[in-house]
Amino acid sequence: MSFKERYGSRMSFLLYISNYIVPFILFYIIGYGLLSKVAVFHEFTEGAKDGFKVVMGIMPTIIGLMVAVGVLRASTSLDILASLLKPVTDLLRFPSELLPLVTIKSLSSSAANSLLIDIFKEHGPDSYLGRLSSIIMSCTETIFYTMSVYFVTAEVKKTRYTLHGAIFATIVGVIASTILTNLIFY
Amino acid sequence: MLNYLWAFMIILGTAVGIVTGNIEPVSNSIISSAKEAVTLCISMLGVMSLWMGVMQVAKACGIIESLTRLLRPIIRLLFPDIPKDHIANEYIASNIIANVLGLGWAATPIGLKAMKELAKLNNNSETASCDMCTFLIINISSLQLIPVNVIAFRSEYGSINPAEILGAGLVATMISTIAGVLFSIIARRLSNNSKV
Repeated sequence: MSFKERYGSRMSFLLYISNYIVPFILFYIIGYGLLSKVAVFHEFTEGAKDGFKVVMGIMPTIIGLMVAVGVLRASTSLDILASLLKPVTDLLRFPSELLPLVTIKSLSSSAANSLLIDIFKEHGPDSYLGRLSSIIMSCTETIFYTMSVYFVTAEVKKTRYTLHGAIFATIVGVIASTILTNLIFY
Repeated sequence: MLNYLWAFMIILGTAVGIVTGNIEPVSNSIISSAKEAVTLCISMLGVMSLWMGVMQVAKACGIIESLTRLLRPIIRLLFPDIPKDHIANEYIASNIIANVLGLGWAATPIGLKAMKELAKLNNNSETASCDMCTFLIINISSLQLIPVNVIAFRSEYGSINPAEILGAGLVATMISTIAGVLFSIIARRLSNNSKV
């Protein structure tokens, strides 16, 4: 029996759980809020106002980066890059289209978001690439940006094994995403 | 970081567009991408505001506070060099919880406070302490429970079930965090041994 046959059907419960996560969180928090006599709807609307501030705050960044990714896509740069990377990624059994996404994610979250959107547009969010990239984006963080902001604050110059650990965790996350995507969806 | 990255993307894209004779699609996409970015932000407003609203309720009824308290023993285990009642424990716990709940903009200021406390404990040395390394590796391993923006993008681009990736994403995040934690523990052991 192959690995896939043995574990594939058991892993599909994750798909089932996915549908419960968001409703459950709402149910739990609102229910708990009611029991603790919190004015839940008032608090909700107060918090939702901040959502506007957050989105308005990142809008200039999104406009700039979506234009940049649009230029890369329309000029066929992304296709050229993917075909250049193909020999390497085939060896790793990883889709070459997603390597730029993983690399950019280590530098900037918002640039990676624009590439993610580009993948959704090109291949659809429910395609293999769309699903895999969604899962990769949920289990990785910006490496270099986070390290520079935090270590500059602490005035640290020698970062020792931080970078190794961060890259290790990211690679494990990407491998786990690839295996999970194959097991659950295909 | 974005300064160079953004300029590089635009310049490379335009140059390749000229060389490959695709300058017309490039020109069109500049205009349409800017427009699309605004449409995307408008549709993100819904999911983002919903999430922030629910998190405000969680804060008001003390769920976030009790989650932070639940984390205390784990923090003690992962950061053995921080004195037991030091404020750094508190900051690290709040930072981790804010990250788990997808409140990134709230997480960073607390995280930076934690880093400053860790620097004091490290006598403001230029070399990172083991606790700093652990803190950053865990942060970078990604802790987010629900990738709110990924869900918003999936729904905007026509996914039949935008939430279907949540289960897998959750497991992948846990695996990467466990990998980061194990790495930190082993690296700490090795560096303590080499000091002795």
